[in-house]
Amino acid sequence: MSTTSTVRSAASVAAGEAAAPIIELRNVSKRFSKKLDFAGKIAQKLGAPVKDETVHAVDGVDLVVRKGEVVGLVGESGCGKSTLGRMVAGIMPASGGEIFWHGRPLNSLSGAEARHAKLQTQMIFQDPYASLNPRMRVADIVGEAPLVHGLTRRAEWDAYVDNQMRRAGLDPAFKRRYPHQFSGGQRQRIGIARALAVQPEFIVCDEAVAALDVSIQAQILNLFMELRQELNLTYLFISHDLGVVEHLSDRVVIMYLGRVVEEAPAEEIFARANHPYTQALLAEVPRIEARKKSFAGIKGEIPSPLAPPPGCHFHPRCPHAFDRCRVERPALKEIAPGHKSACHLNDKVA
Amino acid sequence: MSQTQMQTSSRAAATAAAPTLEVRDLQTHFFTRAGVVKAVDGVSFTVGRGKVLGLVGESGSGKTVTGFSILGLVDAPGRIVGGEILFHGQNLARLKEEEMRQLRGNRIAMIFQDPMMTLNPVLRVDTQMIETVLAHTKVSKEEARQRARDTLGMVGIPSPDERLKSYPHQFSGGMRQRVAIAIALLHRPELIVADEPTTALDVTIQAQILAEVQKLCAETGTAMIWVTHDLSVVAGLADDIAVMYAGRVVERGAVSEVLDQPLHPYTHGLIGSVPSRNKRGEKLRQIPGMTPSLLSLPPGCAFRTRCPRAQEDCARDPALSELLPGRLARCFHPHVATHGSAVQGSVTQGSPA
Ligand SMILES: Nc1ncnc2c1ncn2[C@@H]1O[C@H](COP(=O)(O)OP(=O)(O)OP(=O)(O)O)[C@@H](O)[C@H]1O
Ligand SMILES: Nc1ncnc2c1ncn2[C@@H]1O[C@H](COP(=O)(O)OP(=O)(O)OP(=O)(O)O)[C@@H](O)[C@H]1O
Ligand code: SF4
Ligand code: SF4
Ligand SMILES: [Mg+2]
Ligand SMILES: [Mg+2]
Repeated sequence: MSTTSTVRSAASVAAGEAAAPIIELRNVSKRFSKKLDFAGKIAQKLGAPVKDETVHAVDGVDLVVRKGEVVGLVGESGCGKSTLGRMVAGIMPASGGEIFWHGRPLNSLSGAEARHAKLQTQMIFQDPYASLNPRMRVADIVGEAPLVHGLTRRAEWDAYVDNQMRRAGLDPAFKRRYPHQFSGGQRQRIGIARALAVQPEFIVCDEAVAALDVSIQAQILNLFMELRQELNLTYLFISHDLGVVEHLSDRVVIMYLGRVVEEAPAEEIFARANHPYTQALLAEVPRIEARKKSFAGIKGEIPSPLAPPPGCHFHPRCPHAFDRCRVERPALKEIAPGHKSACHLNDKVA
Repeated sequence: MSQTQMQTSSRAAATAAAPTLEVRDLQTHFFTRAGVVKAVDGVSFTVGRGKVLGLVGESGSGKTVTGFSILGLVDAPGRIVGGEILFHGQNLARLKEEEMRQLRGNRIAMIFQDPMMTLNPVLRVDTQMIETVLAHTKVSKEEARQRARDTLGMVGIPSPDERLKSYPHQFSGGMRQRVAIAIALLHRPELIVADEPTTALDVTIQAQILAEVQKLCAETGTAMIWVTHDLSVVAGLADDIAVMYAGRVVERGAVSEVLDQPLHPYTHGLIGSVPSRNKRGEKLRQIPGMTPSLLSLPPGCAFRTRCPRAQEDCARDPALSELLPGRLARCFHPHVATHGSAVQGSVTQGSPA
């Protein structure tokens, strides 16, 4: 494929030789606004204090993912991980900032290049059912794109699809079934097979193994790691399962309410978490050794993404919050080589 | 686990009040064009008042279909073909659809694996929650709204007032899931079947919800079936555990005993695959082979083709038998307890299904 080589060479010129970034985000934001409905508009005209609501789902995020890397993305439910993942995968435009694909701005790519970039970056979706067309048979869900893009030919198509299904732990005997005839974890594996079938170089895994039992999960994670070794695949791995993230990731990025609050090599994060939110997260990881424990509710108030608290977003729940935290946004700063954190406490100590 | 502890736990079990739910030999099959899928094929367990049963097992082993059967939600071509589902002694499998509808969402609730099964995409969340409240209780709309708001607060949805006016697609995956959990909690039901309720949530919010669930069980005596793949959650939350493989319960017992000392080779393999039990970055242990197709299960033990302990006699069908006090497993050659207490019961051959 000619586009591949031109794009790749352009990228390596731009970014030097070793482990060039596949994707780079600079100050990327995503806002969703909810326009007032009719009743709301009337109320506003009559002087009621209502206005359009805006959710800052992603708020000025910098992120680099290098070729061959596995970056774990962790954070509170609703903090913007899927939104970030969708922007990285090129299926949702950013509302601010710039995204670079192999060193080139994503929105400067020509039509053919953009299509190629899209094919090379696949996303495994969090919600397997909603992301599968209910009226398509599994064989077509998995095999349509590879056929269209010339990764397999009509004559070899059946074998190709069987292979992809088997690799994801699905019995090819089920290829003529529709999504609703599968269990939750089987549907998730359909999504995995579909993403891998187009032979991408970069995969955004959004809770990609959450619906699998741990043995099948192990099988899929082993497959991801093999593909990485054989084909130098790159992953952005979004997950709530910190055990999985620890096992798999080279680097871990922690988000809270739209912002990156900490970033470090995996071993470093799990050994020396710096940010109070990361520490709270690690303290709540359920352990298989625990028995009938009492779970602790969240202390402090969970902030609304509609009206995020000023200063450090975490301050209403932070046990260490002090005056400055309530007014000034902490910057993401390097506190050790490769370890960044956004917390005012780090200035106090220094 | 010492002998005395075991005796106490079995005595406690014997004197416990009648269970909220007792499932006996449930069989739910799908009659598809390709053949009969025996999705649930002989499942039995009990859940007592205020107790949590962790239901774990292989993906595709019938956990969701078991839950659907309890709630009377199995659609054609699926059908309950055998067994009983006793809710306070009343067989739900025999109830008319209208009677079942009265129970559902009121005295028995389900949290679905896919929250969009609970949520209507074209209705605002407040409309849906208020309608659910009004469907089973006579309160004013304002009281219903208040109840909805309080329950959302319990599951950690911030500023419920504004958020209530959103449509489901405007929520993140985990927020949708929390709304679905809130809807299940609205009527403080006597039985909740929760299917993977917290997999979409980060661990701090998960802990918040588990804390609410524990409170609910303790205060109102709600019995729970908690379907999950997360053995660590089961470890911290559940009293008992049932492990499913290929449509059947293959092991059952108190959580601590089963997790510390699994008897069935499948349970053993499952626990070995947990990432924290493996070395970071190395290949994870997985159970060899693939799940057998439920359309054409081999005769004998369904785990036979993948089992490291399989022997010739496994070509027969093992019955779920009490191997140690309070410990049931469906296996001819179980892992023997390492602390000296040998397996006591003997395994009989199961009746062919
Ligand atoms: N409508 C259907 N037609 C045919 N087979 C079905 C249908 N629904 C479910 N099945 C099959 O029944 C079996 C049990 O499904 P179920 O959804 O109960 O699994 P599960 O244990 O909940 O799995 P998971 O952990 O992946 O959610 C699966 O093998 C599935 O393929
Ligand atoms: N289409 C949309 N319209 C309006 N708001 C949206 C939309 N999609 C997401 N949001 C909002 O953006 C925020 C981030 O959502 P996102 O799905 O990215 O979170 P997440 O980190 O993936 O959470 P989870 O772990 O629960 O999946 C949430 O507050 C959500 O309500
Ligand atoms: S900046 Fe302040 S509120 Fe934010 S995490 Fe650090 S100490 Fe806590
Ligand atoms: S009965 Fe035999 S094949 Fe089945 S689990 Fe036990 S040892 Fe393995
Ligand atoms: Mg998400
Ligand atoms: Mg299921």
